[in-house]
Amino acid sequence: MINKKEGKKRNLGKIRGVSIHFFPYSEIKNIDSTERIKRILGIIFGNNILILQGRLRPEEETRLIGDTMAMIGHVKNFKGIELAVISGDESRGFFTKIKKSFVDIIAGGDLGALTIIGPATFVKEIKRNPQKIELLLNE
Amino acid sequence: MAIKIFKDFFKRVFSNIFKSKRDIKLGFYGPPNAGKTSLANRICLDFTGEEIGSVSKIPHETRKVQFKEKVEISYKGKKMIFKIIDTPGIATKIDYEDFLHYKLKKNDAKKRAKEATQGVIESIKWLDDMDVVVIVLDSIENPYNQVNITIIGNLAARKIPVLIVANKIDLKKSDIKRIGAAFPEYETVGISAKGGENMEEFYESIFKLIKKI
Repeated sequence: MINKKEGKKRNLGKIRGVSIHFFPYSEIKNIDSTERIKRILGIIFGNNILILQGRLRPEEETRLIGDTMAMIGHVKNFKGIELAVISGDESRGFFTKIKKSFVDIIAGGDLGALTIIGPATFVKEIKRNPQKIELLLNE
Repeated sequence: MAIKIFKDFFKRVFSNIFKSKRDIKLGFYGPPNAGKTSLANRICLDFTGEEIGSVSKIPHETRKVQFKEKVEISYKGKKMIFKIIDTPGIATKIDYEDFLHYKLKKNDAKKRAKEATQGVIESIKWLDDMDVVVIVLDSIENPYNQVNITIIGNLAARKIPVLIVANKIDLKKSDIKRIGAAFPEYETVGISAKGGENMEEFYESIFKLIKKI
């Protein structure tokens, strides 16, 4: 991981390095959807990749996409985001899923999932297969 | 919680009373270039004789939600009137430079990109208004795409019935099984919207889906 100097936010200039931010779920657990999206976009506009413990709610994911679209053309060099959620519950049976949803309710979210978000300016693609995830960066 | 259950109950009762009196809103969602408009055109041509919109190899050809009202679909003696809603492809990134590869002029490419971003926002806004949704996926592409998962997750949260269409089965690399494996909780139908292949099974699935409203 290469750290890059803090640049001006909302101006995605030439990329010299990539910084990966990790957010434990506790960072966003007690804030509303608007604030969650704002924090995520703040990190992305700083040319960073965000790894978030857990996942956003479905309506927050679409809102993130909608807000991202609204920013294209308004933030210099911003072309959108690459987004992927890895969740371990895809191959589980019905009863395991029920048990897991109870655990998620108690924990306040799906803590077994990971959400990866990066600016499309340098994250070319996040390839997601059931067994692996590949992060492809632009040269 | 109790108020929500009460509200949901009344909503369901009233929607069932009026369901038979209004057109069923059938939405077409999916990533760009999956064949949403081709499929909507196929249905509209089959039952109204008119197309709903233009198609192109250049992504984001549909940049505004387009409708066709009063489309009466008949299949094996059953008839149902639909409002067909074709939506712009949903993406997480749009770069005007990608359109330059299709020999668009810079200004046209920029205009297309701007309209495409607005189209994505419009598509998302329409999610709430659908009665049933057909997710159109390109069967040669990897279905484990976050846009697909996000759209389906939103529809599931809204309890909107979903049918997955694996389009372009006429192509050599088409893989319907991979799409079915990615979304095992939903029925997947393989078709070719362009060639009209397997449309009978598609219409049958649509009538099955209506029962879930």
